Amino acid sequence: MADLSVNFAGIRSPNPFWLASAPPTDKEYNVVRALRAGWGGVVWKTLGEDPPIVNVSSRYGAISYGGSRVMGFNNIELITDRPLAVNLAEIKSVKRAFPDRAIVVSLMVPCEEAAWKAILPLVEETGADGIELNFGCPHGMSERGMGSAVGQVPDYVEMVTRWCKQHTRMPVIVKLTPNVTDILQPARAAHRGGADAVSLINTIMSIVSVDLDLMAPTPVVGSMGTHGGYCGPAVKPIALRMVGEIARQGDMAGLPISGIGGISTWRDAAEFIAMGSGTVQICTAAMHHGFRIIDDLTEGLSNWMDGKGYARLRDFQGKAVPNFVHWEDLDINFKTLAQIDQDLCIQCGLCHIACEDTAHQAIAALRVDGGRRYEVIDEECVGCNLCSHVCPVDNCITMHPAETGLPFATWKEHPNNPLRIATDPLSTKALA
Amino acid sequence: MSAGLGDGERSVRLTEAEIAAKLGEMALALTPDEARVEADRCYYCYDAPCVEACPTGIDIPGFIRKIGTGNVRGAAVTILESNIFGGSCARVCPTEVLCEEVCVREKQQGRPVTIGSLQRFATDFLMERGEHPFARAPLTGKRVAVVGAGPSGLACAHRLATLGHQVTVFEARPKPGGLNEYGIAAYKVVDDFARREVEFILSIGGIAIEYGSPLGPDLTLDSLRADYDAVFLGLGLSDPNALGIAGEDLPHVRDALGFIETLRQLPTEAQAAAIGHVLVIGGGNTAIDAATQVRMLGAETVTILYRRGPEQMGATKVEQDWAQTHGVTIRHWLAPVAIEQGAVALARTRLADGRLIVTEEVLRLPADLVLKAVGQSFADGPLSTSRELPAFARGRIAIDGDYRTSLPGVFAGGDCVGRGPDLTVQAVADGRDAAHAIDRFLSD
Repeated sequence: MADLSVNFAGIRSPNPFWLASAPPTDKEYNVVRALRAGWGGVVWKTLGEDPPIVNVSSRYGAISYGGSRVMGFNNIELITDRPLAVNLAEIKSVKRAFPDRAIVVSLMVPCEEAAWKAILPLVEETGADGIELNFGCPHGMSERGMGSAVGQVPDYVEMVTRWCKQHTRMPVIVKLTPNVTDILQPARAAHRGGADAVSLINTIMSIVSVDLDLMAPTPVVGSMGTHGGYCGPAVKPIALRMVGEIARQGDMAGLPISGIGGISTWRDAAEFIAMGSGTVQICTAAMHHGFRIIDDLTEGLSNWMDGKGYARLRDFQGKAVPNFVHWEDLDINFKTLAQIDQDLCIQCGLCHIACEDTAHQAIAALRVDGGRRYEVIDEECVGCNLCSHVCPVDNCITMHPAETGLPFATWKEHPNNPLRIATDPLSTKALA
Repeated sequence: MSAGLGDGERSVRLTEAEIAAKLGEMALALTPDEARVEADRCYYCYDAPCVEACPTGIDIPGFIRKIGTGNVRGAAVTILESNIFGGSCARVCPTEVLCEEVCVREKQQGRPVTIGSLQRFATDFLMERGEHPFARAPLTGKRVAVVGAGPSGLACAHRLATLGHQVTVFEARPKPGGLNEYGIAAYKVVDDFARREVEFILSIGGIAIEYGSPLGPDLTLDSLRADYDAVFLGLGLSDPNALGIAGEDLPHVRDALGFIETLRQLPTEAQAAAIGHVLVIGGGNTAIDAATQVRMLGAETVTILYRRGPEQMGATKVEQDWAQTHGVTIRHWLAPVAIEQGAVALARTRLADGRLIVTEEVLRLPADLVLKAVGQSFADGPLSTSRELPAFARGRIAIDGDYRTSLPGVFAGGDCVGRGPDLTVQAVADGRDAAHAIDRFLSD
């Protein structure tokens, strides 16, 4: 049984699964249910100054795809709409009841030192394990100069982070917005400001759909909609890239990362950890299925680790980072070819039509004794993987490295590259 | 769902509505939610096996995708473009040996996409809106006679009307629809569906039907050829096959198809006959339809007798299961040798080198009613009043690859030509394709 416990920037929890700052962590009732179910920790839904904000009715939008609900999820909720004192009292009560769990408090107050200086001792008094600075919320609060309005300006990120470090002894996690062109800018700013860790991603600015009867973006509030924050399984690839981008920077080496974005299963979590995350935060999957998913998250991760011989999370944490390189560092001589397992093939023809219409005409549609047979034409196959992705049968189309007899070489040395490096035959991984 | 048989109900005369309730409906319509879930199971195959297995070649992945996207009207039009009887085919097609048998999900999971139920969902949607989705081409001034208002005749008439021709359909019976109206179990086409579907088909315009107009002394093929630019023969098979055994003419022996017709047209009369011990002789879907209904109507025991094994039965496994789960017993390897008063004598059979051997071992089963369901043959009588007859082949009307008979301007399709399986969907394909052949003939 693998050890799933973590010490994340000084915050301990029995497993790496935290509930992200969001509706599931808005109040004691929900949080207690989550912690009883076995979650390692929670980031309490963002606290702000009194008087509390007011939320609208009709708050979520979602994308269903091929019968799967909530592939993508979008919300126009703001931070907590309950008085500060109520939240603080509940946080204190929860921490007292669950001393072994990570109780982190998300904060968002105006971009003034006095505001931060005022709220930090109140949070500290609850016994909370740390704070997370909400520099990410992309709707509503950003119109008031908070949330992503701060997160998009590296100087503000650095400044507020520094204030917090100055005015509290609690570990400071800076939550980053993905609504920037270069995630490294705010990450480095947080690092400069003294952040103990970063967490990412917050939600992505989005319009999830347009109601074609009301002619308004959803969720529709009366007759109008606004952009929201996008999350759920659909955003996982975006989040994973941004996490990896930070993890592979030498100048931020050792900066703990809490990975967030579309994590639904233990496998997703393992991928974020392999890409450098120390903990993972989950919201949409819990909102879709309830807190009980924690059973499979912990057990699945543990079983997978046992199978791989990883005793602790740090045994594989960041293990994929060195292999996340720039395109120009890839082996341009590598070749992989598709293989179709004819015994598994159900003759749906999807590989053929995808390749024929949109790729390389490398899958022949044959008739053998009247029956359909699809065969890869090795000479035409460029190893793009499209067929293996569209095939509905697991392991029917697999990709296999082909022997080319050519040495490892990259674009940097390639004759077609006008800026090629003259003689160096071997690439060095960019950011080893 | 059918209502229970109830105790002592056999002797009670039921109303038509009560009989309909008792027979119920074999398959219920999908709800929109069920249709969406099922549509999402379709992989939208390329060169899909299901399309090839459908005699009318409906673009099945195409219409299912349209259901999935909420374009249900478009789905219906896709179906009806290929098969104007898409509604009844959705109900009566043995999909388990056609499209659904070859569905890739069957191969992957042993559970095909339920194509028939999705087809019904789409076609019901359009028909309930009372819309006819097709328009006629500019009128050609050509007139075509169609003989027989069954699936092949009406499919031909509809396509001819769409192509701009004027069609007159001559039907021997007082109602249109052919076997859909007269020969299929009531639980497959409830709520007068066959009639409503014909109304829908005729709403294209340009089609007149003359009922009670059989070919014969007053209406000869010669005269139709003289009066019309082309003729389509969709005569079906009207001659019930005989068993060729003693006692076949006893009063308690009836033709199964005739019994189903009575049940469809005069249900109370059929119900009165459904008492005691009933033996149904035959192994096809008509045997199943007759046996299951007579059982549902109150017969004490109903037994299907078939001279070969379950694998050789014309009725599909689904049909056999349906009968058996509704209280019908199926007994194999028994051939009738004589019908007696209140019983049938049966000889045990076996296969020897693929040949059926009827042994000397005879047993008797009690029978208050015997229903013969051993197929129908083509009856050439109606044509015989004509001076010039089309050529025949294997007991049916001979046609070439373009549905042409040996007589110029005379085309034929459906069961009376026997080009494919004797199924509604094959008849529809014949009628539709013959219409195009006729169109080409008229354009020359």
